[in-house]
Amino acid sequence: MEFFSSIWGFVPEWLQILIVILLKIVAIILPLILAVAYTTYAERKIIGYMQDRLGPNRVGPKGWLQPIADTVKLMFKEILQPTKASVAVFYIAPLLALAPALIVWAVIPFSETMILADINVGLLFILAIASLDVFGIILAGWASNSKYAILSSLRAGAQVVSYEIAMGFALVGVLMAAGSLNLNDIIKAQSGNITDWFVWPLFGLFAVFFISGVAETNRAPFDVAEGESEIVAGFHVEYSGMAFALFFLAEYASMLMVSTLAGVLFLGGWLSPFQGLDFLIDLPIIGMFFGNGVHWLLLKTAFFIFLYFWFRATFPRYRYDQIMRLGWKILIPVTLVWIFLEGAAIALGWKPWLS
Amino acid sequence: MIANMKHYFKSFALLELFKGLKVTGTHLFSKKVTIQYPEEKTPISPRFRGHHALRRYPNGEERCIACKLCEAVCPALAITIDLEERDDGTRRTTQYDIDMFKCIYCGFCEEACPVDAIVETKIFEYHFEERGENIMTKEKLLAFGDKHEVMIAKDKAADAPYR
Amino acid sequence: MGFEQVVFYLFATVLIAAAISVVTVRNPVYAALFLILAFFSSSATWIMMEAEFLGVVLILVYVGAVMVLFLFVIMMLDINLEVIREGFMRYLPVGILVAVAIAAEMILILASDKLDKPMPQPAPADYDNTKALGEVLYTQYVYPFEIAAVILLVAMIAAIVLTHRKRSRSKSQNPSLQVRVTKGSDRVRLVKMKSEGKVGE
Repeated sequence: MEFFSSIWGFVPEWLQILIVILLKIVAIILPLILAVAYTTYAERKIIGYMQDRLGPNRVGPKGWLQPIADTVKLMFKEILQPTKASVAVFYIAPLLALAPALIVWAVIPFSETMILADINVGLLFILAIASLDVFGIILAGWASNSKYAILSSLRAGAQVVSYEIAMGFALVGVLMAAGSLNLNDIIKAQSGNITDWFVWPLFGLFAVFFISGVAETNRAPFDVAEGESEIVAGFHVEYSGMAFALFFLAEYASMLMVSTLAGVLFLGGWLSPFQGLDFLIDLPIIGMFFGNGVHWLLLKTAFFIFLYFWFRATFPRYRYDQIMRLGWKILIPVTLVWIFLEGAAIALGWKPWLS
Repeated sequence: MIANMKHYFKSFALLELFKGLKVTGTHLFSKKVTIQYPEEKTPISPRFRGHHALRRYPNGEERCIACKLCEAVCPALAITIDLEERDDGTRRTTQYDIDMFKCIYCGFCEEACPVDAIVETKIFEYHFEERGENIMTKEKLLAFGDKHEVMIAKDKAADAPYR
Repeated sequence: MGFEQVVFYLFATVLIAAAISVVTVRNPVYAALFLILAFFSSSATWIMMEAEFLGVVLILVYVGAVMVLFLFVIMMLDINLEVIREGFMRYLPVGILVAVAIAAEMILILASDKLDKPMPQPAPADYDNTKALGEVLYTQYVYPFEIAAVILLVAMIAAIVLTHRKRSRSKSQNPSLQVRVTKGSDRVRLVKMKSEGKVGE
């Protein structure tokens, strides 16, 4: 340890900063990748159980090693490339899909101090980066030189641009209630007890946010961009091996991001639902569990991820024109009305909900 | 007007969607019906139509008299038969081939057979490793029948009252 | 040269290189991609100038929405590259003229003493760019801001009105009518009629 710290002293300061930042990034990305791997396992298990099946249970005890087996298989597969593909874009597209899904995690506050970049415009940053997700899909579809793929990318482009507006409006409601774009400030604005969470006064916006979140990540029932029964697999129909795995990773990382964001913005992030019940928090040992902390954010994320799977097991895919109708004619007006009412409530100073 | 309001209320409360979620939600906890195949197996009917076999009489003489009814009835033209007259004047096959790739396992050959020679057993787990193995020759079919005669006799007896 | 300057020159170089590539690459999709890169780099330089709100909004609006639609259109059009490149030499003099004019104007503005202000001090750590911008927009410039918003709205509606036409032969469905069907009466019509008697009577 002494040896280590003496070496650390010789490292120039800018390099120290760089190393610390890189280590923090690794500390976020590695658990994220692992979480993605086991999210796929959870998805297959949960949907299997909802269909009265057992799901994967062959690799390892109860199938626990299934995601690892899948990863290894994908790594050793050949990456095929269509003859007339646009080579550079064909290989950049998966990276463009994955990068935004990972960048977003820089501003997520896991607890009051566990945050990589505590920036002032955190909410806006997330919205901006989330809007980049679609480039990977669009470019993959175009570069594959396949009709199914281009159909999918056109669908994805139109769908994501439409639902981004509804999502943006839902976030405007949160921003109005919290009075800040900083994610930690938003969480702190929800402190008090469970009734101070934004999900109660902003319930409509919460619903709109999550629905458009599902649509943004191209998940069922809004997965027309994948639509395996109509356009085979959509934008990633020509991808195989690791290139396909990157799309997969990006999709699940985005899902985790939307779930975490729903937890942060509407369910108080790392705040405990038992706040204000001091007798519970003062208990020895288990009081730690009832107090605030990163475990509450993880639990909330897990809940929303479960909702994703539940929706996928339940709802049939929307028809394309119905998706557009839902986004433009229902979700956006709902958010507008809700924001207007919220503005009135803030202007009138209605205490119980919005101070 | 009232109907309109009712419609709007129903849509915005997402009632139908919650009904759907309830169905899948209850199935999440219901009993699972998966059979773990190689270790567990579902019961198989004695009428199951799987791998073919040629049977013999208890004295060891092969049953098939080369009447070619099975060859005629086979909808997939999977059976090929050639015959000869033996020295003792009986009529027997020299060739009895079933192409297992052509066979559709309809069981018509078994139905058509006047002497219960060709049968379909309930064995369905078999595979071929090389080209040509899919042609089941007379020798292979007879050997298969000899090997599983006890089971075949039991299955046929079980099914006999219903024929 | 400090760390910040290194980062600035890095982004500036990428920005200029990307901007040049936008007009020189042949494939329109690649041009759009370089435009995205240019937006990104300029957003980064803005953020370095502590204009984080503008920087992020640049990405949100231009990259996230405008460029998606751009790519959308480019991908659907079957662009003939030969035709596009035909008039390059013919329009070159005009292009140079315009470029010189713009460059001259910018030099005149940048060299004038109007911009000769002292170097601004770095803002304190709790300075909120977004809040400052909002306060200015909704107090001092509230009327120009609202008028700009209304003009944009009018332009949007006008564009919709101009391009919208009712196709007489369109067989598109109306989802709001579809979801509104009731179980019995809208789907089936039960008709009561007399039996026609036995056949052959």
